[in-house]
Amino acid sequence: MTKTMSISAPQLSRRAFVVGSAAVAGGGLALGFNLPFGMDEAAAQAAGAEVNAWVVIKPDDTCVIRIARTEMGQGTRTGLAMLVAEELECSWKKIAAEQVTAHTNLARKRVWGEMGTGGSRGIRTSHDYVRRGGAAARMMLMQAAADQWKVPVGELTVSEGIITHASSKRTISYGKVAAAAAKLTAPDPKSITLKDAKDWKIAGKPTKRIDTADKLNGSKVFGVDLKLPNMLCAAIKECPVFGGKLKSFDEAAIAKMPGFRKVVKVSDNTVAVVADKWWNAKTALEALPIVWDEGENAKQSSATIAARLKEGLTATQTNGARQNGDAMKAIAEATRKVEAVYSTPFLAHATMEPMNCTVKLTADKAEVWLPTQNAEGALAALAEATGMPLEKCEVYMTDPGGGFGRRGRQDVVYQAAAIAKQFPGTAVKMIWSREEDQAHCFYRPISMFKGTAGLDADGNLVGMHMRVSGQSINAFLAPSAIVDGKDMRQLQGYYEQPGDAQMGYTVPNLLIDYVMRNTHVPVGTWRGVNTNQNGVYLECFMDEVAKAAGKDPLAFRRALMSKHPKHLAVLNAAAEKGDWGKPLPAGVHRGIAQFMGYGSYSAATAEVSVSAKGEVKVHRMVLALNCGHALNPDQIAAQVEGSVAYGLTATLYGESTVDKGRIQELNFDSYEILRLAEMPKVETVIVSTGDFWGGVGEPTICVVAPAMMNAIYAATGKPVRNLPIKNEKLV
Amino acid sequence: MARLNINGKMRDVQAEASTPLLWVLREWVGLTGTKYGCGIAQCGACSVHINDEVRRSCSIPLSEVKATDKIVTIEGLSANSSHPVQKAWAVVDVPQCGYCQSGQIMAAAALLKKNPKPSDADIDGAMTNICRCGTYQRVRTAVHMAAGGAPAGSSALPSNGKKV
Repeated sequence: MTKTMSISAPQLSRRAFVVGSAAVAGGGLALGFNLPFGMDEAAAQAAGAEVNAWVVIKPDDTCVIRIARTEMGQGTRTGLAMLVAEELECSWKKIAAEQVTAHTNLARKRVWGEMGTGGSRGIRTSHDYVRRGGAAARMMLMQAAADQWKVPVGELTVSEGIITHASSKRTISYGKVAAAAAKLTAPDPKSITLKDAKDWKIAGKPTKRIDTADKLNGSKVFGVDLKLPNMLCAAIKECPVFGGKLKSFDEAAIAKMPGFRKVVKVSDNTVAVVADKWWNAKTALEALPIVWDEGENAKQSSATIAARLKEGLTATQTNGARQNGDAMKAIAEATRKVEAVYSTPFLAHATMEPMNCTVKLTADKAEVWLPTQNAEGALAALAEATGMPLEKCEVYMTDPGGGFGRRGRQDVVYQAAAIAKQFPGTAVKMIWSREEDQAHCFYRPISMFKGTAGLDADGNLVGMHMRVSGQSINAFLAPSAIVDGKDMRQLQGYYEQPGDAQMGYTVPNLLIDYVMRNTHVPVGTWRGVNTNQNGVYLECFMDEVAKAAGKDPLAFRRALMSKHPKHLAVLNAAAEKGDWGKPLPAGVHRGIAQFMGYGSYSAATAEVSVSAKGEVKVHRMVLALNCGHALNPDQIAAQVEGSVAYGLTATLYGESTVDKGRIQELNFDSYEILRLAEMPKVETVIVSTGDFWGGVGEPTICVVAPAMMNAIYAATGKPVRNLPIKNEKLV
Repeated sequence: MARLNINGKMRDVQAEASTPLLWVLREWVGLTGTKYGCGIAQCGACSVHINDEVRRSCSIPLSEVKATDKIVTIEGLSANSSHPVQKAWAVVDVPQCGYCQSGQIMAAAALLKKNPKPSDADIDGAMTNICRCGTYQRVRTAVHMAAGGAPAGSSALPSNGKKV
């Protein structure tokens, strides 16, 4: 579906880049690139000097920091700006951020690196080169001042964007030397020594977001808000049964409806109505008689899918395993055996801003505006969908109203391009209804788990077998990642190797295996991806085993974690700050869990009560996170708080069930979302060891569900093994 | 045709009587700060004030709105984001993606107009808008702040990422 981005493109001059960027403003967006076409030299000077790809400095000393990653709420824009500013030694009060476009990145040979934003990678995989970009700009600015004053650069100091030559008592601001600095040769990045974290002044400090103002007064332009000249709007419907086809529709039946322009066959399974306004398009689409060929998949249901997964729990052929010792023998010879089967459902992302995409096609240009987590992927998709060469394609990213992994996919680009082809020269804005968004997600994969553990007479864990049976993300999205039938991605968080998603326990005889059981439902990456289900399975089963061993859940875990000090440290922090072992109000019970994903270590405690009627209330959660360097502690806390809401929603309510081959929960009345009244008090404990860079957006979500479920187990004595909890009888 | 009083200005709108106020605001009047989230009055992204009451505009047909009704959208809540709720939102750094925040702010402003010192339970009852980023803890803090500070016993102040 995507083209390689390594093709060569002509290197644009800086002038061409600035003018090209102006198209963003011409397109009605204000993402920072706001220069008019055909400006004169004076205007170009006022726009500032590009010292290097990351830093543009204006005569008024404003430091414009270029950001390539997507900001969808997770705070990456602020964090990356902090890293550049830290090395640039500019005034934080004078920074502005500017979004890089994918076509500009391509034209400049990907000088800004990867733009894709997923897997909690936004900062942890770009911190090094963005800091070098800031440092290189600082060195060039100081050299320019040294050249002007004819003094050795080593005699200069800089602070807050003011360069000082102490012995001659001269000072000059960045804005005054930026034009000269821009003409200098950039230093070799390898020659740059980055600041030690202990010397940071901006990074590592709780810092306000730089992108809040327009979220407070309605002026922020999301993709759904775009207004382009003479724009048309499209509402769309794909066959509700995955894999079904569009047979026919009756355009004449709706041709006289208000604002109607055209019915478009988008693909062999999708139809769209185009009108002057989206409301008119949606109303006409709902009235359009459509005949679908639903096909064989219409026989599928949650029950047929569950039967397939259940069969996988005992299948002999597996699709990837990790083992040490002989788990089966150890369990067979154990004094006591514990066995439990768990299940988790498909889940939709349900971003607040529904999927949308706007495309305008002319004879010599293809333009797309969309909220995306992968602007370069959108560029490639636009080129493929339109047949236009990449260099004639332009992608204007709007900040997504939520992403959570859903917006890494390019399905909307192909759809919107197919619609826009019918209206050459006219921009067409396609917006999905909430119902379409719920019906055609790339769902969190469904899975089941069977845990079997053996305990010796002293209650020590001597052997454990963990079997995951379920759908594979790679089989759907990245088949080439499956080698010899092995797909270790579905065992995320259970890995032996350190660094990214390592299991924090040492079990003398351990077998963990995966059995792939795919379905007709599209799957994808859902905030936290497989750490969510795998965290529930391991950590809830661990509580069951601890109880069978007659041991405290925390003490039982600690005994298995001596070889995993970082996992243990966050577990201990969560336990300590979460008051483990201390008295609670009557009826309130505690649960604990730890897990690792995205290069970071997480643990949580939850305080939960269960009423006589079985109603659950989560009172308080304490989450401990070691993400290595803690770049912006306030935004880390915001992500942790958000992960609790997202995680509890899934645990209590979330499920996308299948009947007659289609998804049943099509809006927030049936796909319930946690609301403020149910939000527990969340305390974030940052256990910052400062010796690595881990993710922040996703890591903590996987401990939310198991900590809370273990608290229910403590409250009722009955383990919760199937999600969501709304379907379970707790008492 | 309908006459509407939106943010203090009279507007003539040529739309079908069944068109929801949300889409009239967004597509006929051009005020896009009010958001579409669900279309069935579940999520509150479309919250506006009508005669000082918070209402979910996605589920109010144009035919039900009178010319004498005073409609206020997020764009008309204050000049320069100066409403106490907007100021508190900025201090607490509430928004993440920001999509639902117009609705959250309108719901909070309507709550405080009726109930200048809401308790946590009052906030629970009034702030029913969905936020998928999960900003709820900061929404609660900011509502208390807009009401004049976090009262004793307030359940949630942000921890701001305590380091250990």
